[in-house]
Amino acid sequence: MPLADHKTTVPVVVDDDKCIADKGCRVCIDVCPLDVLMINEVTGKAHMRYDECWYCMPCEKDCPTDAVTVNIPYLLS
Amino acid sequence: MNISEIETLTVDVVVIGGGTGGPLAAVTVKEKNPKLDVLVLEKANVKRSGAISMGMDGLNNAIIPGRATPEQYVKEITIANDGIVHQKAVLAYAERSYDMIRKLDDWGVHFQKDQTGDYDVKKVHHLGTYVLPMPEGHNVKKILYRRLRRNRVRVENRFQATRLLKDRNGRIAGVFAVNTRTSEPLLIRTKAVIMATGAAGRLGLPTSGYLYGTYENPTNVGDGHAMAYHAGADLANLECFQINPLLKDYNGPACAYVTGPLGGYTANAHGDRFIECDYWSGQMMLEFYRELEGGKGPVFLKVSHLAEETIEEIETILHTNERPSRGRFHASRGTNYREHMLEMHISEVGFCSGHSASGVWINERGETTVAGLYAAGDMASVPHSYMLGAFVYGQICGESAADYVSGVDLAEPDTDALDQELARVMRPRQLEDGIPPEQMEYKVRRLVNDYLQPPKITRKMEIGLERILQVKADLPRLSARDPHELLRALEVHSIVDCAEMAARASLFRKESRWGLYHYSIDYPERDDENWFCHSRLYKDDAGRMQTAKRPVDDYVVPLNDAERAAYSSLRISSGAQA
Repeated sequence: MPLADHKTTVPVVVDDDKCIADKGCRVCIDVCPLDVLMINEVTGKAHMRYDECWYCMPCEKDCPTDAVTVNIPYLLS
Repeated sequence: MNISEIETLTVDVVVIGGGTGGPLAAVTVKEKNPKLDVLVLEKANVKRSGAISMGMDGLNNAIIPGRATPEQYVKEITIANDGIVHQKAVLAYAERSYDMIRKLDDWGVHFQKDQTGDYDVKKVHHLGTYVLPMPEGHNVKKILYRRLRRNRVRVENRFQATRLLKDRNGRIAGVFAVNTRTSEPLLIRTKAVIMATGAAGRLGLPTSGYLYGTYENPTNVGDGHAMAYHAGADLANLECFQINPLLKDYNGPACAYVTGPLGGYTANAHGDRFIECDYWSGQMMLEFYRELEGGKGPVFLKVSHLAEETIEEIETILHTNERPSRGRFHASRGTNYREHMLEMHISEVGFCSGHSASGVWINERGETTVAGLYAAGDMASVPHSYMLGAFVYGQICGESAADYVSGVDLAEPDTDALDQELARVMRPRQLEDGIPPEQMEYKVRRLVNDYLQPPKITRKMEIGLERILQVKADLPRLSARDPHELLRALEVHSIVDCAEMAARASLFRKESRWGLYHYSIDYPERDDENWFCHSRLYKDDAGRMQTAKRPVDDYVVPLNDAERAAYSSLRISSGAQA
């Protein structure tokens, strides 16, 4: 079957200026239960790749530089 | 790839799931016998996995000497479950409840104490007093993690267990797993498996339509229910769905256990109370449903009448534990506890013994019906267990498994089953032109909502089952472009299995029981003469899904007639005002 690109907003926002994933930090990626945070290969920073979020907040709470903000997904906000 | 190329590990005990019960099971095996190799296999990361990834705001079933007795608790749970209870298993929990609280206290979990240093238990249940607040419960996972490290438990994060492997005699021989970051398979040979995979929480679809906006942590899809089923284990009472009162559109509990003891309550659109007791029983949910549908809805949580400092206390507890994004949800809606009642609604359906009574059948030793296979927590059949029950049954399973493995040799996994599993697991990555996991998941979960949600109607459920089976036939068409999509595709297999189980179990029980959880339009009455029994669901020798009855074992704590009826009159009589 042919596929379409499905555009969607994601609830987790990472501040690239504060994120130190390019220095090897993986805290938010490690603690995410849904495994939806990944390294952006262009910037070297963490970002949310899949819109599969429980807005549970370990990524934000455990981030050592306060770079992560969890928003409520648009469908429920 | 063939099975001889798969990386293989050999251990004494595998624990599947490192959330709540799993860490207790693993630590208990090591405490009993430090020489045993114990592996925790975790689909996420044990630091933040499972239902309590952000901690918990209280114990809902603490049996504290002087405030409650194990026998009282067994009675309460028996009555709240309309009598269909394996009391020995509830009693085994109740008798260990206090020692487990003391153990957790020693480990550094903070429970609320009164001025004299006694545990400050609150009354929420209809009869007894069992709720112990944990205002600093956000650190539970960190404490469990330290215990895993201290006891030298081996942990493999980001591995999804996909099937249990048995030998030709039906004994547990191993676990098949897949690395969720690389899609590489892993074969673990073991003498015993303890499953602690949590609820089947991605079964119904939340009314928001957001697939991951579920009450349960959406990692908990029912992998354990599906694996146990395919291994030939019995499941019990799956028609006793989990349905919870939640905030409308937000998947946090509303949350009577926190707000009730402080003076909050559930109200209808007029601001009036309509139920006497906010404890989450099926009967309470039926009254909730009737109020919603009966013209007096919506239903609300009311705390606006409370003093400012009480509201601040409620906010602090609810916005820092368990579901801390709740404060943001209210902020985005402009809802303030001081001024507004909070709209509530009914959650999607799922299987979760933590709150209802369904799951993989276990006895008071944590044993399933398969030799060498144990289960604990939300996935196992001991009703209304909550977090403390997961800890206690983790411990019970750990003790049982440690004893069991000392008397058996490693079994040889059946190679045909291994071949089949390798092919099933790898197929979505090999299939380029197929169906994305998200689409199939949405479809089957939408069918669960449309056809299986109570009130249950036979003809609708028959159509639902037929359509779920059509999706099941589509499973080989799942396609995954990367390891993450493979994780989701294999989860869809579990969701489809659980949907079929939910339909067949619900069609089997021809009566109404457990309030809303199994409220049947065609059989509206409770029928103790024919249905005072557990339902069984299992895979027969020909591979077909079957249902049957399991008698309720003799009670160890008898009930009198007045006690039996306690939960059937929860509605406040008409005219009564809060």
